Amino acid sequence: MTPPALDRFATVSTLRTALDRGETSAVAICQQTLDRIAADDGGLHAFQHVSAERALARAQTLDRTTAPRGPLHGIPIALKDNLAVRGMITTAGSKILESYVSPFDATVVQKLEAAGAVIIGKTVCDEFAMGSSTENSAFGPSRNPWAVDRIPGGSSGGSAVAVAAGFTPLALGSDTGGSIRQPAALCGVVGFKPTYGRVSRYGLVAFASSLDQIGPITRSVADAARCLEVVSGADPHDATAAGRPAEFGGALTGDVRGLRIGVPHTILDDTGVDPAVHSTFTASLKVLEGLGARTLPIDLPHSSAGIPVYYLVATAEASSNLARFDGVRYGHRADADAVDTMYRRTRRDGFGAEVKRRIMLGTYALSAGYYDAYYLKAQRVRTLIRADFERAFESVDVVALPTTPTAAFRLGERTENPLQMYLADVFTVGAPLAGLPALSVPCGFTPDRLPVGLQFVGRAWDEGTLLRLGDAYERATPWTGMHPTVGR
Amino acid sequence: MTSKLTRAEVLRIAALARLELDDAEVDLFAGQLAEILGFASEIQRIDTNGVAPFAHAPAAELASRPDEPAPSLDRNDILRQAPGAAPAAGLFKVPKVL
Repeated sequence: MTPPALDRFATVSTLRTALDRGETSAVAICQQTLDRIAADDGGLHAFQHVSAERALARAQTLDRTTAPRGPLHGIPIALKDNLAVRGMITTAGSKILESYVSPFDATVVQKLEAAGAVIIGKTVCDEFAMGSSTENSAFGPSRNPWAVDRIPGGSSGGSAVAVAAGFTPLALGSDTGGSIRQPAALCGVVGFKPTYGRVSRYGLVAFASSLDQIGPITRSVADAARCLEVVSGADPHDATAAGRPAEFGGALTGDVRGLRIGVPHTILDDTGVDPAVHSTFTASLKVLEGLGARTLPIDLPHSSAGIPVYYLVATAEASSNLARFDGVRYGHRADADAVDTMYRRTRRDGFGAEVKRRIMLGTYALSAGYYDAYYLKAQRVRTLIRADFERAFESVDVVALPTTPTAAFRLGERTENPLQMYLADVFTVGAPLAGLPALSVPCGFTPDRLPVGLQFVGRAWDEGTLLRLGDAYERATPWTGMHPTVGR
Repeated sequence: MTSKLTRAEVLRIAALARLELDDAEVDLFAGQLAEILGFASEIQRIDTNGVAPFAHAPAAELASRPDEPAPSLDRNDILRQAPGAAPAAGLFKVPKVL
């Protein structure tokens, strides 16, 4: 007998309770997930590949096992398509990896499966995670479930859509300059970029190694905490992954009395924030004050340098990381008589316009004669950006910002103007440049009924405070309980 | 830097990046890179005297591990992904180098 279908927007916690009570099974949840994707993903394109057989086989094994259940037992999860799963295609949104099958599992994949998660498939992303809209995917963009003529944000756009549209309660993304938080905000779900070093990057296709970090996209802050506990930890394959304790459930007390929240008014006033986003942000601060937190003005004097610094540092690292795509060991190879021609034509055929643009920009910033003025200067200013946060954290516990300056824009609206697209990241680049954790939670809607995100940036390793604040805010507001109309 | 880069500058960078560009891309990037670099040049005005360049995230605690032999990935799995490889010989293959 087939158990009754659960609410498509159920959280991980709710699904786990139903599983533990025997009201449903891992196979039933998996099949419902696959059916919903088959019915409704045509118009949204959250998924790059769905791995139905593998997922069902895995769910069957979980239903049969008598071993103690892991924290994600039977929970369907979607992975951004820049995360390696053994035997599964990993395109990173690029034609150059169109048919690449990974020979190994990312560390996060091993940890998720050990915790009982069921990997449903891979989600659409901007090519090599370079973009803010998924429009740089070589395989077509995802669409925002709240308004299908609008972008879902990027680069982890497909992961945000999978969670927002009620396909999976949990997805992983990667965040280099905002690629988890920005799409989460624009799709009305929770997105969390952990402290640099919290999660191993082994098996994540590298974009900018001093910034890249993997993190969860979920329907509740508690689910983000649960997922982060699973994927955190040291890893012999990634020397930056630290073995810090990662237990966050106890942080979700709902009590934020006395917590000091810093608000950088100057950056808000100077940045041309959309009025609807601004008023939503202001209203959110009032809610937090109502819960007993204190808001205090702070100054982040170098925040306006965030975008230039980010686009110099990230592109420089990308130009180096993407040198590996040369047609020798994996991916596409162009026909040519000489090896150097083969390299150049392989990369010409395989990379899209934005990736070429960033490789060119990064190569320029690192080239003789320009290195000091661009790359080295940017790294010095990056030190000042970090120092701004350190100074702020002497007097506050958390920094609050809107996640994005506007709600979701229309498909095609910014594709002709790369610089305009880059400005979408103005509030999200600070945290990764400083290596800090940052959480985006839904905080309301524009008059057009587009979701808006509220962002908290915390001290290094202090994910617990961000989760406590986000969870308390979520409990006090209706936003995470609101969903787009999909398949109804 | 508000004007375009020259075609020669774009082609020099493309050669360093091992990218073949068509004429339209050279023109496009000449304008776009100049615009982005012009915008990025704003940071030149920031005083960074005595400021050390960022080396790694403050939080990074570079871990060490025992240097012990461990199994590598399977050679055939790897070579199966390599275009034009010679798996029987256990080799990657590339076109003529010299």
